[in-house]
Amino acid sequence: MAEMVVEASMALALGAKLCRPKVVSMYPITPQTHIVERLADFISNGELDAEMIHAESEHSAMAAMIGAAATGVRTYTATCSQGFALMFELLPIMAGNRLPGVMSVANRALSAPINIWNDHSDAVSARDQGWIQIYCESTQEAIDTTIQLYKVSEDHNVLLPAMVCIDGFTLSHVCERAIVPEQGEVDEFLPAFKPFVTLDPDKPVSIGPISFPNTYMEFKKQQHDAIMGALPIIQKVHDEYAKKFGRAYGNGLIEEYRMKDAERAIIGMGTLCGTGRIAVDELRAKGEKVGMIKLRSLRPFPVKELQKIAKNLKGLSVIDRHVSMGFEGPLCTDVRSALYGSGIEVNGFIAGLGGRDITVDRLQKALLSTKTHKQGEWLL
Amino acid sequence: MALKEVRIHGRGGQGAVTSSQILAITAFFDGKYCQAFPSFGVERRGAPVEAFTRISDKPIQVRQQVYEPDYVMVLDPTLMEVVDVAKGLKKDGILIINSDKKPEEFKLDTKAKVKTIDVTKVALEVIGKPFVNVAVLGAFAAITGEITLASINKAIDQEFAEKMKVGELNKKTAEKLFNMAKGA
Repeated sequence: MAEMVVEASMALALGAKLCRPKVVSMYPITPQTHIVERLADFISNGELDAEMIHAESEHSAMAAMIGAAATGVRTYTATCSQGFALMFELLPIMAGNRLPGVMSVANRALSAPINIWNDHSDAVSARDQGWIQIYCESTQEAIDTTIQLYKVSEDHNVLLPAMVCIDGFTLSHVCERAIVPEQGEVDEFLPAFKPFVTLDPDKPVSIGPISFPNTYMEFKKQQHDAIMGALPIIQKVHDEYAKKFGRAYGNGLIEEYRMKDAERAIIGMGTLCGTGRIAVDELRAKGEKVGMIKLRSLRPFPVKELQKIAKNLKGLSVIDRHVSMGFEGPLCTDVRSALYGSGIEVNGFIAGLGGRDITVDRLQKALLSTKTHKQGEWLL
Repeated sequence: MALKEVRIHGRGGQGAVTSSQILAITAFFDGKYCQAFPSFGVERRGAPVEAFTRISDKPIQVRQQVYEPDYVMVLDPTLMEVVDVAKGLKKDGILIINSDKKPEEFKLDTKAKVKTIDVTKVALEVIGKPFVNVAVLGAFAAITGEITLASINKAIDQEFAEKMKVGELNKKTAEKLFNMAKGA
């Protein structure tokens, strides 16, 4: 295992390489580009034995990933923002066909107006499409989560694609220390992909043909059961990984920070949680009983784990890096629903859209808002 | 050592981002934690750009932008007329300007220490080209004491592995600037 200073994008490429995907289909888009550029390097210099499909669009990149996965090989892609939006049509097809694979998303705002910077509006908009979605805070977590999610995705009790989400620029373009595991260690942890069903001319099958009203709901119920059933599997794989590699992120689904005697807390996803730790430490030093909850798994959503961590809170402020236009932050909706009837005051904040900085000050304002029963707001 | 924040001002194409990264790698070789990132702007050649580095003995959690740097480095003296390089600089901080002028000639509105050193001149003498982004770290090491010259050399060896000749010249320039800044 080698520790180095590495850009998060490069680290994701290294993480993906360690998982030995056989097909990397991609289309470059800022700020995801560095990831696929590095993978193209690895394939061209022989470090990674994979087929690179440089598609003519993200739509085609996802179509190629689906086709490749259906032939029974491990697949990888990466995208964000408008590219993600262009892939959208195919996202439920990959999940509905129960094909495993991992996609990195360097989360970026959606147009218009054009904005290349970070928020979660791309991936969060697709939360209902059957993909597992894990949000990462650091370069190290991004590498570790990539390796974990191949194992989760390919588990025959799951068989669903998964997204590793990192904040575009705010993490993707940061260089920091990270430990890159050895190939041998990853090979021990992640066995070769065993497909459940494959497209094979000698044994013809159809994948994803029409389903009439008398069967469609059963397919969807199975798919929903599979992603709900992924909750303990994400946890189990995370724990196995933690045991082997010595790094853990809460229980794999959700992480808590100084929550033991906390009366108030914030909950959020991604890099804002790092800044949140500082916000909490500073307020703790002033005697405020505050804490932070970092949500890793947006889908499947760990309802019971959140209830357990939050149970002694008086107030919880939700930081959404996306707004469901016409209502509120989608994470806030999820948290309110999960905590319904608990009596905990849940306050929703919209922050960090299109690269607006999420600062310690802004998070402290959100943290203390429930103390004076202030309404949630846009942290402009 | 508490968390230290560095802001680097340069012009697009001058290598401010590389500078921030090599500073981070140097700190890593000194056994420290580090974080380097660009200003996330839309970069154009010649336009003013910023890059940032954080250095600490402990893992760095914070992910907000740098607002109150401990140190500022200015790679291009012509930026002094167009950018408020002292913005947010801590009053016990240090501003290092690549310039042949004296600090007082800039009339800066800051309580921080201001140091000037002619990085371009030394780079032209040693490298023969105005490559200042890596060599300036020699002056930074001498003035701030946050990083060591030995680790700068290690970082250059790693990052210039495929361009050893330029790497060696950068090491020589950095060392010369280190000694100049130490003597000043």
